[in-house]
Amino acid sequence: MAELKTDHLVLNMGPQHPSTHGVLRLEVVLDGEVVIDVIPHIGYLHRCFEKHCEAMTYPMVIPYTDRMDYLASMYMNFGYVEAVEKLMNIEIPERVKYIRVIMGELQRIASHLVAIGTFGIDIGAFTPFLYCFRDRERILDLFEMTCGARLLYNYMWIGGLSHDLPPMFIPELKSFLKDFRKNIKELNDLLSYNKIFIERTANIGILPADTAINYGCTGPVLRGSGVNWDLRKNDPYSIYDRFDFEVCVGKGEIGTVGDCWNRYMVRVREMEQSCLIIEQAIEQLPEGDVTSAIPKRVKPPVGEIYFRVESPKGELGYHIISDGTVNPFRVKVRAPSFVNLQILPVISKGYLVADIIANLGSLDIVLGEIDR
Amino acid sequence: MTTTEILEILKEKFSVEQFEIQSNIGGEILIVPSNVLLDLCFFLRDDERLAFDSLMNLSGVDLADGEKKKLEDGSFEIVGGHLATYYHLHSFKHNHKLTLKVLLPRENPVVPSVERVWRSADWHEREAYDLFGIVFEGHHNLKRILLPDDWDGYPLRKDYKVQEFYQGMKVPY
Repeated sequence: MAELKTDHLVLNMGPQHPSTHGVLRLEVVLDGEVVIDVIPHIGYLHRCFEKHCEAMTYPMVIPYTDRMDYLASMYMNFGYVEAVEKLMNIEIPERVKYIRVIMGELQRIASHLVAIGTFGIDIGAFTPFLYCFRDRERILDLFEMTCGARLLYNYMWIGGLSHDLPPMFIPELKSFLKDFRKNIKELNDLLSYNKIFIERTANIGILPADTAINYGCTGPVLRGSGVNWDLRKNDPYSIYDRFDFEVCVGKGEIGTVGDCWNRYMVRVREMEQSCLIIEQAIEQLPEGDVTSAIPKRVKPPVGEIYFRVESPKGELGYHIISDGTVNPFRVKVRAPSFVNLQILPVISKGYLVADIIANLGSLDIVLGEIDR
Repeated sequence: MTTTEILEILKEKFSVEQFEIQSNIGGEILIVPSNVLLDLCFFLRDDERLAFDSLMNLSGVDLADGEKKKLEDGSFEIVGGHLATYYHLHSFKHNHKLTLKVLLPRENPVVPSVERVWRSADWHEREAYDLFGIVFEGHHNLKRILLPDDWDGYPLRKDYKVQEFYQGMKVPY
């Protein structure tokens, strides 16, 4: 019998595919159903954020940062304004610091809820998605109550905030936290310890800690590999050193440390820790004026800064160079998803096609900040 | 560890006259020549006392310190001067940071790739190539990443001019 000709098959996944979380194209090289290589193609959402910045004044950049990671806009604002304040050496009121932390942690919960919900959908579990979005909706209501917007806030300004908290905010927030604690338990029963979910995610896409560090992974992806690293604890910015919370790492009680399930579980546990931080912040929240330190004219001295914060997706860095004028000379954003996505080919090789979906879902990328 | 202390350790292997410390609001910057960059990065990563195991960020910058020439159509062109690449390093082990800066001539911006030292540099270098036209020697796959492969010019350069047409479509709006 003549030998059969065998060849690799190249499959295109995306740019329009429900599992790619945006417009991402994956060029997948297959041998049967086994993945030989994955080549991500990005840039479909590129809109020259960094070039735009050079033509605008510092405060005008803030709405653009909203549109990078549009699932965690508050945190994008947070990183940028803190960086510019550091550059200008502005001291901001205590109340502003606390409100920023409350908003940032609420945003972290909202972002993780989307990550968990859509991860479930990718794997084939539709119901948890609805549960997650029900809770996220309440967080968005809180944001809407404060600044009028549900998704793109422009809430944090250089030196302050656009609005103070409305009177109903704190009671609503407290009632949300009370309900949300129960809902996390419900989510664990429904998804985290679900047999089918575990079969699909445990021992899939194992990422060793040293590879994760060399590839620059940060956030839940790095912590899922068992590295105890969180900028809020290890390189504290703002007032995070005043709160008592734990850094969640993958422990490998199911599957192996560094697999999809552990990356997922880090997010679930981080939501609980965020609740803890918010509760402490509410208790310590001082009175004050949130707009008193906003400068009339933002004109940082000549110099540059690289400032990083722990966004829900990982290390968000702003490299800002000032030439002493009202426009930034250069703004470079180190987007966590941009760096985390590089790991996808490494953790997908040797697994099946269906596992690419699980791997991509567990990385939790947002194309808005990858393409900028 | 501060930049000055790190420079003391570098003395053992490199001649320090070629390095220069630039003071700055957001932390000191070490300016290094491009020909020793690769050796230096390997040393920074592998030396026990330094152990810079992570490259947080790599950014290209157009310093625009050359001579500005006005063109007939009102736009300008920059001749001479420098582009620069920044390397923001961090050590998980010792929790210290270092910023490297490499100056490159605008007409021929070539710098060794540090992709072999830190794999996270891969896409960062492709981005700097894409938007600034900085060539990273030794990179395994140096092509455009955010823009289409057949795009003209390097958008983040200060004298960038948008092409008239891209594949028959008018570009400036």
